[in-house]
Amino acid sequence: MATKSLKKRHSDLANSNRQLEILSNGIFQKGELPTFKDKISETNQFPLKAKKLEILQINVGYMCNQVCDHCHVDAGPDRKEIMTRDTMKQCLEVIENTGAHTLDLTGGAPEMNPDFRWFVEEAAKAGIKDFIVRSNLTIIRANKKYHDLPEFFKKHNVHIVSSMPHWTRGKTDKQRGDGVFDKSIKALQELNAVGYGIPDSDLRLDLVYNPSGAFLPGDQASMEKDFKKALLEDFGIQFHNLFAITNLPISRFLDYLIASENYEDYMYSLVEAYNPSAVKNVMCTNTLSVSWDGYLFDCDFNQMLELPVNSKVKHISDYNEELLEGRQIVISQHCYGCTAGAGSSCQGSVA
Amino acid sequence: MSKTYYDPADLRKFGNITEWSEELGTKFFDYYGKVFEEGALTAREKSLIALAVAHTEQCPYCIDAYSKDSLQRGVTKEEMMEAIHVGAAIKSGATLVHGVQMMNKVNKLDG
Repeated sequence: MATKSLKKRHSDLANSNRQLEILSNGIFQKGELPTFKDKISETNQFPLKAKKLEILQINVGYMCNQVCDHCHVDAGPDRKEIMTRDTMKQCLEVIENTGAHTLDLTGGAPEMNPDFRWFVEEAAKAGIKDFIVRSNLTIIRANKKYHDLPEFFKKHNVHIVSSMPHWTRGKTDKQRGDGVFDKSIKALQELNAVGYGIPDSDLRLDLVYNPSGAFLPGDQASMEKDFKKALLEDFGIQFHNLFAITNLPISRFLDYLIASENYEDYMYSLVEAYNPSAVKNVMCTNTLSVSWDGYLFDCDFNQMLELPVNSKVKHISDYNEELLEGRQIVISQHCYGCTAGAGSSCQGSVA
Repeated sequence: MSKTYYDPADLRKFGNITEWSEELGTKFFDYYGKVFEEGALTAREKSLIALAVAHTEQCPYCIDAYSKDSLQRGVTKEEMMEAIHVGAAIKSGATLVHGVQMMNKVNKLDG
């Protein structure tokens, strides 16, 4: 298991242009598989256009206490990109003036941003309907200063969404690092103890399942049933919903696919599982992703591939809802990850 | 001719069998799809049965397909290995139970 990001390792794949080249060459260049643009054109769904903004997803920094094998952010302890309070203030102005009903904080481990709590407190005041923090769970146990996070989240009625690749130790630690499973279980029990994840509780706790290898997620509802049964029986843990998310072939997951000689088969699986009805609800049509330095992207994946929004407005400081609505979504072959099977988004299946 | 009898990439072309007999091919794939739907057995249970049978049939395409399908359904390595032991036990049992026939014959001829 790697302990450093691709960037720190000076890997070829730390370069987003290199990733985009790989995604456009080979099987797609030779025509063995159709490009995403050609595929969605078959069903008259090109160009994809942004609808009304519903979800503002803010990446507050790439620093993380974990170095997960499949991280699309290439996050890790060695990443120093951190959102400043000034940029957070610009985001707050937008939150207050936009019709978006969901605010979604992600990272890295968002809690590691030194201004994280300040930002949560300020954003909570804006009275947004659904306020999500994507927490990796282990951060709560990583250091004494994070031990009170469950209480802090509760105080601000934050909706917690956390990754949990499997209900067994072996599969979880393989993907996320040794000891991650035990720490995650402990953190989930602490969240349950303050009221998170209990049926009928307003304190929302959802889990994210993404496959531990080069295969697609199974049916979300069946997986949820299996997760709930196993976590309750083995650890007395409860949670609300499971989001099954497909690994997109970028960054460290792309690196893994190539190194394990699974890249072509994985792309075939994605293309074969293409579902036009998932295209209708892809998250880029109702989401805007803000990077740590305030730039705007159609999704977190495009942020990592450094594919900015196709609009005159490029930065949160110039935010303009009218100009951004109806923009053409920037696509490449990684987009097949969101349209395979039941579809995939940060909120799970879409079809 | 290809140099080997089995090519992993051929699995992707399975659907092509319909090209030379559309009616039968379509009927087969409709049936196949229906069999693996959630029913009295879960799709997960069916995947494990298919994995065990794939081994007893020694079909490399089926082994590839149902190893992956089992993973997608959250099946653990331990469950997969136990499933193929069930297949192996039936295979070896089927061999050994014929030992009774052998014993009957020997006893008749030389009892």
